[in-house]
Amino acid sequence: MRKVAVVGTGHTEFGSELPKTEIELFCEAATEAMAECDLGPQQVQALFCGNVFGDFAEGQGMIQSFIANELGFHNVPATRFEGACASATVAIRDAFMWVASGFYDIVVVGGTEKATAMGTPLATRTFAMGAEAKYEFAPGLTFPGFFALLAHLYASTYNVPLEKLREQMSLVSVQSHYYGTKNPHAQFRHKEITPEQVSGGFTVASPLRLLDCCPFSDGAAVLVLASEEAAKKLTDKPVYITGLGQASSPRLSAQAPYLPRIRARELSVKQAYEMAGITPQDIDICELHDCFSIASIIAAENLGFAQAGEGGRLWENGDTKIGGKIPINISGGLKAKGHPIGATGASQTCEIVRQLRGDLADSGRQVAGAKTGLVDTLGGDGIIANLVLQAGW
Amino acid sequence: MEYKLPFRQYHKALMKNQLLGLKCGNCGAITCPPQMSCRNCSSYDLEVTQLSGSGKITTYTTIFVAPEGRETEAPYIIVMVELEEGPWIMGNLYDMAPERASMDLIGRPVTLGCRVFPGDRYSDGPMARPAFLFADNA
Repeated sequence: MRKVAVVGTGHTEFGSELPKTEIELFCEAATEAMAECDLGPQQVQALFCGNVFGDFAEGQGMIQSFIANELGFHNVPATRFEGACASATVAIRDAFMWVASGFYDIVVVGGTEKATAMGTPLATRTFAMGAEAKYEFAPGLTFPGFFALLAHLYASTYNVPLEKLREQMSLVSVQSHYYGTKNPHAQFRHKEITPEQVSGGFTVASPLRLLDCCPFSDGAAVLVLASEEAAKKLTDKPVYITGLGQASSPRLSAQAPYLPRIRARELSVKQAYEMAGITPQDIDICELHDCFSIASIIAAENLGFAQAGEGGRLWENGDTKIGGKIPINISGGLKAKGHPIGATGASQTCEIVRQLRGDLADSGRQVAGAKTGLVDTLGGDGIIANLVLQAGW
Repeated sequence: MEYKLPFRQYHKALMKNQLLGLKCGNCGAITCPPQMSCRNCSSYDLEVTQLSGSGKITTYTTIFVAPEGRETEAPYIIVMVELEEGPWIMGNLYDMAPERASMDLIGRPVTLGCRVFPGDRYSDGPMARPAFLFADNA
């Protein structure tokens, strides 16, 4: 396999009710990514696009070929990836394979979403489509409900008093909102919050309050991937994808008795670490899938940053901040940056690449000297994808 | 190969308060709700078997924000139950006020009941779902 680098990154504003279409958002992020490496449309050999709810949000299916045409990638193969919230990370993993294999030298990969166009009731319904439809939607499972069940199970399994877990969960959201104010693309770039605001919010699915939950969001993020040889001509700072993982889970109840650990994540990240030849201690910065505050705590454990049942202490101790043991979600995470689900994995990857290149000093969220980063994305009941990225200069 | 316990058959039995599962001819594990392979060893050698419907609550949540079309159901309690025969299944609990659900629910023994979600515009027909009842305060 050939080495594969990220040579360009593009990221739109994330927000609610953005006035642009999903195609327009993707095109803006893509042209930003292409401009970073001075790439013209004729050089792009394939397009990989994460998009989940275009059918419901805009009545637009099969968005990928329209995007390819708009960007002037005429007649190139374009493929849409639907893996719920993990769509773009799965797309990046596949794009990597096509370049690593030698089939393509330069490809564009990203994602776009306009979740807020659906409104909260329909969005709650469509997001629940990532749960098993016959046996788990029937009792009324929602996506907050999924992690709410895990929160109570977590407290019970590890004998953490629910009040204590509640405090730790609040700290996760507070940190994300703090760093979100440092990210000009973040949906909540103007909104810091307090633990009391989190614990006092209205209940979405007990014990999850409003500010335990990421928002519905619109936005796009796009990367240019290139082979090592092509990358050397396109950038002085190639960031190599050195590890990949992906694994599937069954419906939530069938993940017992492993729960609240997510076995698919443990398997996926092990693949990624082994491929890169590293351990969790080698990670300088991590963007993990904090769709809900409890999801961050569980993810940090699954990824090897804390023992099972002790993930919340990372936030209590400040280990997850800049300067801490393992800076997590310095972008603001899904919670404060926003979660346009088809774009999220590309957004996480974009953030890690910019951190490794040292681009973020002006924003006040640069992790100084970061050389190795981890992306973690969870889709619905059933998909985990991980990427290890390393500075290549 | 024939799908041993299709959804419709599971659904019809559940409507009569009977919980069907699959017993593995290879390892003996019970799988419920049904699927193509044994949840333990992936064997396709499965036989339909009737389960007790009894178990204990392992976790719960009260849903306050419901999906489109189901707003009038909220608030409602979802539970996961570990059945006597081993598998965990998801269902509802209508035996108490949803606002009062607490950690005390975890470990409570329950028995099977049934309610039907009539389906919505995105569903392929009605779906029976377990509606559990407390077994220890009847």
